[in-house]
Amino acid sequence: MKIRHTDHREDLSLQMTPMIDIVFQLMVFFVFTFKITLPEGDFNVRMPAETGVAAAPSETPVLRVRLRAGPSRDLAGVQLGDVAITGDNPFGQLQTRIRSMVDDSAGPGSADQEVEIEADYDLKYQYVMNAMTAITGYVDPATGQPHKLIEKVRFAPLPKQP
Amino acid sequence: MRLAKRIAEAVGPDMTPMIDMTFQLIAFFMFTINFSDTEQDQRVTLPASELAKPPDAPYEHPLTIHLTEDGEFIYASDVYRSLDELRSALLREKQIIERFALEKLSNVTIVIRADENARTGQVQEIIQLCQELKFERFALRGKQAEVHRIRSD
Repeated sequence: MKIRHTDHREDLSLQMTPMIDIVFQLMVFFVFTFKITLPEGDFNVRMPAETGVAAAPSETPVLRVRLRAGPSRDLAGVQLGDVAITGDNPFGQLQTRIRSMVDDSAGPGSADQEVEIEADYDLKYQYVMNAMTAITGYVDPATGQPHKLIEKVRFAPLPKQP
Repeated sequence: MRLAKRIAEAVGPDMTPMIDMTFQLIAFFMFTINFSDTEQDQRVTLPASELAKPPDAPYEHPLTIHLTEDGEFIYASDVYRSLDELRSALLREKQIIERFALEKLSNVTIVIRADENARTGQVQEIIQLCQELKFERFALRGKQAEVHRIRSD
C-alpha cells in the first residue's frame, strides 16, 4: 500500500508584529502617565474661626512659643513662655524642654496640651516647620519610630493692621 | 557554466534583545505608576521635617494652596498675586461646595504647600482668610526628611 505523504511542513513562524505593537502602546501609555512625586507629609492643624464664644476652659494652660526674625529673615530667637532659648540648637533645646514638660515615657504625649506659635511676619517658613517638628514629636534614634508629644498646635492671630 | 543554486533564507533582525528591554521598561513603569491625585508644584520647595509623614487615608475634600518664595499664591493652577484675588477664587470654590452640598465646609481640608523661604505671615494670612470663609481644617505640608533636622540635646 502506498502511504500518501501528507506531512507538508511549512515554515511556521510566530507573528511578533502585533505583540510588539501592543507592547509599544503600553510603553507609550506608561511613559506619558509617569510622574515623579516626592514623599510629602502633613502637620494637621484644626483652627476654627474665632466666633466670639469663649471655648471651654482647658485644665492645662496654653504654651506659647515665640519665634523672632532677624534682619535677613533668619531666626533670631526662640522663646518658650517667658524663657528665652539660646544656643546654636534652639529647636533641640525647645524639644528637650517640651519633653520634660510633657512626660511621654509611658506612651504618647499630652492630648490636652495646646501650643500657640507666635512668629514674626517676615520669618522664613522653614523655622516654623522646625518649631512644629520640635513641638509635635520626635523620631527615636534607636528604633526610628516617631513619638508624639503635643498634637494641638495653632498659630497666634496676626496683629491687626493699622 | 553551471551556477550553484543559492538557497534564499529568511534573514531578519534579531528582535529578542529589543523585546527584552521593552518588557523591562514596561515592568519599571508599571511598578512606579502613581495614580494618586497629588498636587505638586516645582515652583515650591517645601520645608523638610522628619515627622512629615504621608496621611494614612487621603483627605475627603482637599483644597491645595501653594505659596511661592516670591509671595505668589497658586490655587488650581492659577497664579494670584494678591490675597484679594485668592479670596475671590476661594469664595467661588466655597459657593460651589455649599450650593451642591458636596461636603460640609468643616470637613474640607486646606492643604498649604508653602515654600521654605516664604514669609510665615503670608501663611498665617492664608489661614486667616480661610477661617473667614469658615474653613477649619488645615494641613501644613512638608517634605519628608531622611536625616534628622533637629538634634536632641
